Amino acid sequence: MKLKRKAITNEAQLLLIGIPVFLWTMIPIYHLFLFAISGRDSATSGHLWPTHPTLQNFSTVFQQHHFYLNHFWIQLGNSLVIALAVGVLTLFIATAAAFAISRLKVRGGRVVMNLALFTYFIPAAFLAVPMYKTMGNYGLLNSQWALILAMVTIASPYCIWVLKQASDKLPWELDEAARIDGASPLQLFGLVYLPLMVPSLVAVGTYALLLAWNEYLYAFLLLSRDDSVTLAVALGNFLAADDSPWELLMATGLIYALPPAAIYYAFKRYMVSGLTAGAVKS
Amino acid sequence: MTAVALPVPAARRALSRWEFWGRALIAPYLVIFAVFVLYPVCYGLWLARHPASYVRLIEDPIFFRTAINTVIFIVVAINLKMLVALALSGFFVQARWWIKILSVLFILPWAVPSIPTILSVRFMLNPEWGVINTTIFRLTGLDGPNWLNDPMLALGFSMLMHVWKSLPFWTLILVAGRLAIPLEQYEAASVDGATRWQKFRFITWPSMRGLYLTSTILSMIWTLGDFNSVYLLTGGGPADLTHVLATLGIRYLRLDQVDLSMASIVVALPLVLPLVYFMMKRLSK
Repeated sequence: MKLKRKAITNEAQLLLIGIPVFLWTMIPIYHLFLFAISGRDSATSGHLWPTHPTLQNFSTVFQQHHFYLNHFWIQLGNSLVIALAVGVLTLFIATAAAFAISRLKVRGGRVVMNLALFTYFIPAAFLAVPMYKTMGNYGLLNSQWALILAMVTIASPYCIWVLKQASDKLPWELDEAARIDGASPLQLFGLVYLPLMVPSLVAVGTYALLLAWNEYLYAFLLLSRDDSVTLAVALGNFLAADDSPWELLMATGLIYALPPAAIYYAFKRYMVSGLTAGAVKS
Repeated sequence: MTAVALPVPAARRALSRWEFWGRALIAPYLVIFAVFVLYPVCYGLWLARHPASYVRLIEDPIFFRTAINTVIFIVVAINLKMLVALALSGFFVQARWWIKILSVLFILPWAVPSIPTILSVRFMLNPEWGVINTTIFRLTGLDGPNWLNDPMLALGFSMLMHVWKSLPFWTLILVAGRLAIPLEQYEAASVDGATRWQKFRFITWPSMRGLYLTSTILSMIWTLGDFNSVYLLTGGGPADLTHVLATLGIRYLRLDQVDLSMASIVVALPLVLPLVYFMMKRLSK
């Protein structure tokens, strides 16, 4: 009897933590969702569920029927192309570098790893200012290459580090066997190394892709033409006016937030093991 | 790399083939680093070379306010976040079906992009139409406060926004830390009649201390670069009173005062570089 009461108290205590955690997490997201499915007038009524839930906002967004949304499809496409380009380029650069440092033991590899870690630890907003000026010097401002290259620069250090950690764990005998069999460095890379690294490659590729898709600051600094900006910048532009159509902004925001959330949950297995294990080594 | 072209004995040639590919494969990253990190950093420091820029920076009242805001942000928001993350990591390791479901939802703030959710909170706080003040009016008939028009409240909400966004990530890290502690230690302590606090004090904390410290320092460095939580919620306002270093640098840049912008970053380096050095030492072991 006493044991049972103790168990009930324990569950009650857990619920007492769980309910606030649930509300804290979900209120901003639910508010976003509520706005997206509410009509212009009922959105601000303060009810928990709109009296007339509607998909009208989404159809307005998809048909680009608003001044702020004239380039919605192009901007969505920009976000997608830039995120994919950053994912692919980062994956290529980081895999090659991690292989050279960890398996080929290239001279100076340690120094390069430290340079990469240094870049990883510089606060992103600090690098943004000189990066913006530099892109101007290179004549890349307003070109999507500026954003792609900037995001590759920011994403690759962490990817190299995670890949190097994973790669260091592969048995050294593999390389020796391959070398004795007369394999070339590229054969070792393509036939032995890459297949063994697939889980980590999925993790860092997804990381770079999401980083680029989600980026606001660099996108807003480096791109400005309405038909070249990403959806993130377009959403920020809604703030320019006081009479912004909130319900459309929220509907667009929901469309923008769904793909990364879906990708995150789809690759959660890789992300959590690959990234949290690598993020902080105690 | 030109050495490869020279006629060398076969054995050395075979050796240098591995060295050649090592250099060739690391080259793309080195190019990226040189062109988009090294050159910008040097160029930025060069732009900030005039002592006059620092005088103007220090004479700007907004800078003084910004420095204080940044310190408050770092000290309050990060410690709050890390302490809550430490506590919640103990909650999320409990084996319950509903805690599993909750942990999936809990990660959402971190998994979705910042803009839509930050703007959602910004609208909740709108004094006229926001859901908070409409609810206050419906319940009491009174007008709620103009939340983001009060500098302290606005900064407070920016900090809460930052905590909301990054708490899941750090909780996840600390959960991983807790799961690495062998269960037998807790079982043995239970047999000896240890209280929950004693278990935390003598088993959990000693093995989590290093991870907690590293996480806190890493979070400090990154939070210095948190532009979104402040810019998208308050825009640095009211009257430029809620800027932090990350948004101030961008503000100067937008005003075409690049030297001030770089100077404001250089001033923070004595604080940032030791932390960066500490983290590099820790991770490159």
